[in-house]
Amino acid sequence: MSQRIVDLVRARFPQAVLETHAFRGDDTIVVRREDYLEVVRFLKDSPGTAMDFFVDLTCVDWPERKPRFDVVLHLKAWRSSERLRVKVGIPEDDCSCPTLSGLWPAANWFEREAFDMYGVKFVGHPDLRRILLYDEFQGYPLRKDYPKDRRQPLVPMCDDAPPQPPPFPERPH
Amino acid sequence: MGGVGDRPPASEPPRGPGGAPQAGWLTTKLDPLLAWSRRWSVFQYPYVTACCAMEFMSTMCSHFDMSRFGAEIPRWSPRQSDVLWVVGTIVHKQAPALKRVYEQMCEPKWVVAFGTCASVGGFYDNYSVLQGIDKIIPCDVYIPGCPPRPEAVLEGLMLLQEKIGRGELSRWQQEHPAAARRAG
Ligand code: SF4
Repeated sequence: MSQRIVDLVRARFPQAVLETHAFRGDDTIVVRREDYLEVVRFLKDSPGTAMDFFVDLTCVDWPERKPRFDVVLHLKAWRSSERLRVKVGIPEDDCSCPTLSGLWPAANWFEREAFDMYGVKFVGHPDLRRILLYDEFQGYPLRKDYPKDRRQPLVPMCDDAPPQPPPFPERPH
Repeated sequence: MGGVGDRPPASEPPRGPGGAPQAGWLTTKLDPLLAWSRRWSVFQYPYVTACCAMEFMSTMCSHFDMSRFGAEIPRWSPRQSDVLWVVGTIVHKQAPALKRVYEQMCEPKWVVAFGTCASVGGFYDNYSVLQGIDKIIPCDVYIPGCPPRPEAVLEGLMLLQEKIGRGELSRWQQEHPAAARRAG
C-alpha cells in the first residue's frame, strides 16, 4: 500500500534501510539506529511522503535476539491515508535511541512509557522519567526477564496475608 | 444481650388510664441499641477504581436500590463514613492512597472488598496489582465475582449488616483492641 514511500526512503537513504517487508498491505521498514532520526524527519517533512501523524511508539523485547529490543513507530499521512511502520533495533548493552519529541511533542509520553516499561533511554528527551510506575520501582517490568511474580509494594504487607506463591519453574524457551 | 424493645420480664410497664400500656418509653441496653442504629444507617465511602464500578452504580441506582437496605448515602469524605467499599483493582502505586483513606475513617469502621480484584487481585497476577486489599487493611466482607451481580452485592451488604447488628467487632477492632475500646 505504501510501497511508494518505502521506495522513496530507499532512494534517499540507501545505507539506512536494513530490511523491508509488508504484511497484508502494511509496510515496515527496519532502519539503522544512526539514521533513524533523519529517516523519520524525512518521512515527516518531505512533501512526497508527508507522514505527519504520529500514531504510536512502543517497544518489543526479543530476549534471544541481537539486538535485543525493537522500538516500533507507526506513522500515517493524513492527506494520502498511507501508513508506515518504522522499526529500529536497540542493543541491550547500549540501550538508547534518539528521541522524536523534537518532531512531535506527542512522542514525549510515548517515549516515557517505553522507558518506563523497557528501559530504553531516549537520548535528547526533555523529561525522561517514569510515567506509569512509581519512582521507587526497580527494573523494567515488561522486559521478558523481569520475574513474573516480583512485586514492589509501597506500603508494608500485613503479616497474616497468605504468603506469596513460589515462583513458577523456569521453562525452556 | 437483648434486642431493641426487649422488656425485663419482672417489671410491669406502667399503665395509663384504661390499663393500656403507656406509650413513650423503651428499655434496652446501650450496646444493642447502638448496633441496631449502626446497622440501619450505614454511610458508605465508595473507593472506586475500575470496571466493578459499573455494577456498583447499578446496585446503587433505582433498579436495585441499595437504599432499601439502610445504606443509602455515599459520603464523599472518609471522615464521615462507616463502611469503605473498595470497588475495583488496586495497584501498588495506589495502595498508599487507599491505606490513607482507611486511616482517615472514624471508628468503628468496616471494609468491603467488592469483586475479585479487590479480594485477591483477580486475574492481574503481575508486577503492578495488589493481591487483595486485606494485605494492607483489615477487610470484613468479600464479594466474589468479576464483577459481582447486584444480588451478590446486596447479599454482601446484608451479611455486613448482620455482623454489625450482632455487635460483632470489625476486623479493625479485633486487630486494635485498645483503640476499639476508646471508640466504644
Ligand atoms: S473484579 Fe473484574 S470487573 Fe471487578 S475490577 Fe476486577 S476485572 Fe474489573
